[in-house]
Amino acid sequence: MSEKLADWTMGEAAIVYQSCAACGNRQYFRRGFCASCGATGLAERRASGEGTVYATSLVCRAATPETKAHVPYNIVLVDADEGFRMMAHGDSDLAIGDRVTARFVPFAGRLVPCFAKASQPDKTGRWR
Amino acid sequence: MSYITGVGLTPFGKHEGSSSLDLMSQAAALALADAGLARSEIDGILCGYSTVSPHIMLATVFAEHFGIQPSYAHAVQVGGATGLAMTMLAHTLVDAGVARHVLVVAGENRLTGQSRDASIQALAQVGHPDYEVPLGPTIPAYYGLVASRYMHEYGLTQEDLAEFAVLMRRHALMHPGAQFHEPITVADVMASKPVALPLKLLDCCPVSDGGAAFIISREPTTDARVRIRGCAQAHTHQHVTAAPALDKLGAEIAVAKVKAATGIAISDVRYAAVYDSFTITLAMLLEDLGLAGRGEAAARVRAGHFSRDGQMPLNTHGGLLSYGHCGVGGAMAHLVETHLQMTGRAGERQVRDASLALLHGDGGVLSSHVSMVLERAR
Repeated sequence: MSEKLADWTMGEAAIVYQSCAACGNRQYFRRGFCASCGATGLAERRASGEGTVYATSLVCRAATPETKAHVPYNIVLVDADEGFRMMAHGDSDLAIGDRVTARFVPFAGRLVPCFAKASQPDKTGRWR
Repeated sequence: MSYITGVGLTPFGKHEGSSSLDLMSQAAALALADAGLARSEIDGILCGYSTVSPHIMLATVFAEHFGIQPSYAHAVQVGGATGLAMTMLAHTLVDAGVARHVLVVAGENRLTGQSRDASIQALAQVGHPDYEVPLGPTIPAYYGLVASRYMHEYGLTQEDLAEFAVLMRRHALMHPGAQFHEPITVADVMASKPVALPLKLLDCCPVSDGGAAFIISREPTTDARVRIRGCAQAHTHQHVTAAPALDKLGAEIAVAKVKAATGIAISDVRYAAVYDSFTITLAMLLEDLGLAGRGEAAARVRAGHFSRDGQMPLNTHGGLLSYGHCGVGGAMAHLVETHLQMTGRAGERQVRDASLALLHGDGGVLSSHVSMVLERAR
C-alpha cells in the first residue's frame, strides 16, 4: 500500500480517498483493502475538494455541549468529483445539485470539511 | 412452520423507577399469560439490547432474572429491525426443531433512565466513528439527509410528511397505552421546533420507556392461530454516506424476497405494520414496499387509505411516532398490534379484515431491513 496520507480525520486540512488499481473502485472510508474486489495495495490520493451536493440537513438540535455551541449547522452529503460520496458541513444556503468547494473550519474542537458554493464554472461549463 | 402464540406490551411513556429488566419482565409475563404457557415451557430466549443498561450477555441476565433456564439464548442487535429479526430467527429455530417455544423480548427505560441528550448521543453512534460522528450529526440528521434527497427526487413536501405524524397520532388517540393522547394537525407539525431540517419535532418519534414480548411456537397453544408465512432480510450498508441510491434500498429487496418466498402479492395484504421512526421513514418504506406508488403515499394518507376503516389499515396503535419508541421494544409494538388485529382483540381499533399482514422493520439509516408476512390460520 502507498503511504498513508493525513486527512481531516487526523487533523490535516485535506480530504483523502483510496483508489483501487485492480478494479477501479474509489472508496472514502479508509481500509487496508478494496471493499469492492478485496485487492490490497490501494493508492491514497488527496481529493480536489470539489463536488456536487447530494443531500442536506440543517441540525438545530444537538446532543453534546461542544456541538450545541454551533447550532444551527448544516450537515451535507457531497458527491466528490473523484467519484466517492462524503459527509461534511456546508454553508446554510446550499441546495441539492449545487456545485461546491471545500474549506476547513473548526468544529467542536477539531477541523472539519465545510463546503461552500463554488464560484467558477468547471470544465463542463457548470458554474461552481 | 411457526405460530405467534402470545403477545405482551406495556404502555409506553414514563415508567418512573422501572429498570430495563423490569419492563422486559412485565412484557414477558403478559406474553406468557397470553399464550397460556408456564415459564418452564419456554426453551428459547431471544432479546434485544438496552442502551441504558448495556450488557454483553443480556439474554442470560434476563433469563436468570425472570427465572428461566433455556436451552437456547442470546441477544440480537440490528437497531430498529431487531424485533422482526428476532422473530425471523425464532421462526427458523422453531421450524428447525431447535426449540418449541421461543420468548422474544425487549424493554428499556430509555426515557427516565437517562437524559434525552444521552439517548440522542448514544444513538448517533450508529454513524461512522471517524468520518461521520465528528461532524456532529444526530439520528434525525441522518434521516434528514435522506428526507431532503427523497423530497428532491420524488417531489414530496414537508406538509406531505406531516400527514404521517397526524395519522399516527390519530391512531394513538384510540390506544390507552400510547405515549401521546393530544390530537395534532399538519399545522402543528409544521410549527413544531426544527430538529434536523426538513425534520421537525413532530416528524420524529419520541424517547419512551416500555417493553414488548412475544412467543413463537411450533404449534398454536390457544385459539389465536397467527402463522408466520414467511420473512426475509436485506442489509445494503451501515452508514448513510455508504447508502445506495434511493431506488436500491433494502426494503425493496427484502419485500421482493418475501413475496417470492410466500407467493403473496401486495394486493393480498389486508393490514400493514411499518417502521416509522420518522415521518420520512414511513413515507419511504410504504413506497419501497409497494403499499403506495412513488411520491403517492401522502395522498393515500389524505384519502384515508391507511386509516382504521381504509383499504390498508396501518400501525393502528399509533406507531413509533405516537405510541412511542423504547428502542427494540418500540417496533415490536407493531407486531403486538398486528396480532391483536388478526385475532379480533383490538377493541375500538379493530379493523374489518386483518387476515393477512405485511410487517417491515428498518435499522440504522435504512441499513437493515426485515419484511414479514403473517397470516391467520384456520
